[in-house]
Amino acid sequence: MIKTNLLRLSTLCLLGFASAAFGQLSITGAGASFPYPIYSKWFNEYAKVDPSVQFNYQSIGSGGGQKQILAETVDFGASDGPMSDENLAKAPGKLLHIPTVAGAVVVTYNLPDSPALKLDGDTVAGIFLGKITNWNDPAIAKLNPGVKLADADIAVVHRSDGSGTSYIFTDYLSKVSPEWAKEVGKNTAVKWPAGLGAKGNEGVAGQVKQTPGAIGYVELIYAMQNKLSFADLKNADGSFVKASPEGVTAALSAAQIPDDFRFSVVNAPGKDAYPISGATWLLVYEKQKDAAKGKKLVEFLKWAMGDGEKMAPNLDYAPLPDALKDRVMKRISEIQY
Amino acid sequence: MPDASAISKPVAGYMAPPSRTADKAFEWLTLFMALTVVLLIVLVGWQLAAGSSGAIRKFGFGFLFSTQWDPVNEEYGALPFIYGTLVSSFLGLLIAVPLSIATAIYLTELAPRWLRQPIISLVEMLAAIPSVILGLWGIFVMVPWLQKYPFAWLKNPHHLGWLPLFRGPTYGVSLLAGGTIVAVMILPIITSLSREILVSVPNLQREAAYALGATRWEVTRIAVLSYAQRGLFGAIILGLGRALGETMAVTMVIGNRPVISASLLKPGYTLASVIANEFAEATTDTYLQALFEIGLVLFALTIVVNLIAQLLLMRFSGESLGRSVQ
Repeated sequence: MIKTNLLRLSTLCLLGFASAAFGQLSITGAGASFPYPIYSKWFNEYAKVDPSVQFNYQSIGSGGGQKQILAETVDFGASDGPMSDENLAKAPGKLLHIPTVAGAVVVTYNLPDSPALKLDGDTVAGIFLGKITNWNDPAIAKLNPGVKLADADIAVVHRSDGSGTSYIFTDYLSKVSPEWAKEVGKNTAVKWPAGLGAKGNEGVAGQVKQTPGAIGYVELIYAMQNKLSFADLKNADGSFVKASPEGVTAALSAAQIPDDFRFSVVNAPGKDAYPISGATWLLVYEKQKDAAKGKKLVEFLKWAMGDGEKMAPNLDYAPLPDALKDRVMKRISEIQY
Repeated sequence: MPDASAISKPVAGYMAPPSRTADKAFEWLTLFMALTVVLLIVLVGWQLAAGSSGAIRKFGFGFLFSTQWDPVNEEYGALPFIYGTLVSSFLGLLIAVPLSIATAIYLTELAPRWLRQPIISLVEMLAAIPSVILGLWGIFVMVPWLQKYPFAWLKNPHHLGWLPLFRGPTYGVSLLAGGTIVAVMILPIITSLSREILVSVPNLQREAAYALGATRWEVTRIAVLSYAQRGLFGAIILGLGRALGETMAVTMVIGNRPVISASLLKPGYTLASVIANEFAEATTDTYLQALFEIGLVLFALTIVVNLIAQLLLMRFSGESLGRSVQ
């Protein structure tokens, strides 16, 4: 991994030199892989808006993104989870969190005839804690009157690789289940009390598909594009919600969002809010060292909040609600260069 | 890595000592190259030790014996990963060695000439398949098949199910599946090396045995295999070296669960896999240092396993390595 990171860095440098040779400004960023499809779309589209600047983005993971922006080896970082106070304290200047788009995590399962299931936080936590081990458990039956549930063992499948998806999912479980918060907690990777680990969304989906009675969690985008069946979840207001980009935006509108934008919107209030939602962030220094790059970066961010956000639903991402977009826009205009 | 003597046959006689400047220069040049390799190994070890120094101070020797791996509470231990790495590599060897050596024997001793080259090419093509492709094949083809037939057979109490090794509910992904994919990955290297070694056995050996009235099997066993045993052992060690470090394909089929269980049908985890899985998203210092230390453990494990293999090789052939080079 270190080797590939070095390799990527050197590619970044090469790209940088190449574009410098053509008199083009090159801005590099690195980090989260969840928003990579929309970021690359943005950079492609933005090249048409402003051909004088070229963006290079490497999806090396949120951990890498945070490390690189702290070391100032990139012009912006990207992360699927907000940075911890401990890491923020290491930054040489004030580091801003700029939320860009949001997504959801869905609970997918493999049962005969794929019945539409309804689950709530307690039940999902119970299953992933290894406490609920059979599909005919009364807790599941109570939520699904009329659905014939097989007498089958539940096989839990979780992500084996550290990921923003796991972060959002464990963040949700920590919020809805005190037992989960105490025994497991939230992180990009945790000590899973039950089940097996599979690599990536495709690994989890593959394992669930092959194991009768399996349950796992994947990104909403992945589930929609691969037509997986996933459960409706009971949200904080008590209504069952099917995961959708609209449900995520609803969760963002209802959530209390602090001024530094380091927020979590899992289990948000609101009738339409989908409970396992989360945003992704760009990490940018408030005081830009390079005036030319800083100016272009700010222009790009403003474009992203405007035209960029409109592209989100086409790629199955949830755009930010208008009120939040306005707040983010205001923060962007405070960046100095 | 075993030294080259393990593979090449002993060279008969001395060369005249180099005297001319060109020879001297060549000697220095090769010495420099050889030292570069040593330096590289030292630097890798040093870098890993430096990267993990914080974790080493924090967890001490306990890191090697702890079974906890909890990124939330920042408690880390390597034992389940060491166990998984050793077991999956050993299972891989157990499956791959008989297959590879039998293939090599067939190719050098028995196969008709027209069949040799196609088989050799196919084996070498197997080596060219990217790890991640093998892993995907593992998830979608190999694991369901293993689950349906061999695992079901092994689990049956009338067969081997009474052994603790084959007990418990199975999901397909398991230590044994990991070992099987390792076997597929190290097959080509062991087969190619073994074939080279068997080809290099002088025909005189075979002819002498035939002259004594030996059957084909006896010729292979006495004249060829015993002559080549050191070399074959070296080939196996090279295969083991690869098995210990196999990452992507193993990750995809081993189940990635840091637990030590007696059953080979239960999921496990390897050192290389946990680094590949968690490095990119590790954000705290201790977490990264612990992953670095896992790398250091893997590095040390590879060296220790190779040293043990070298010692075995010395015992096994009843002479020192130094002498065989001459």
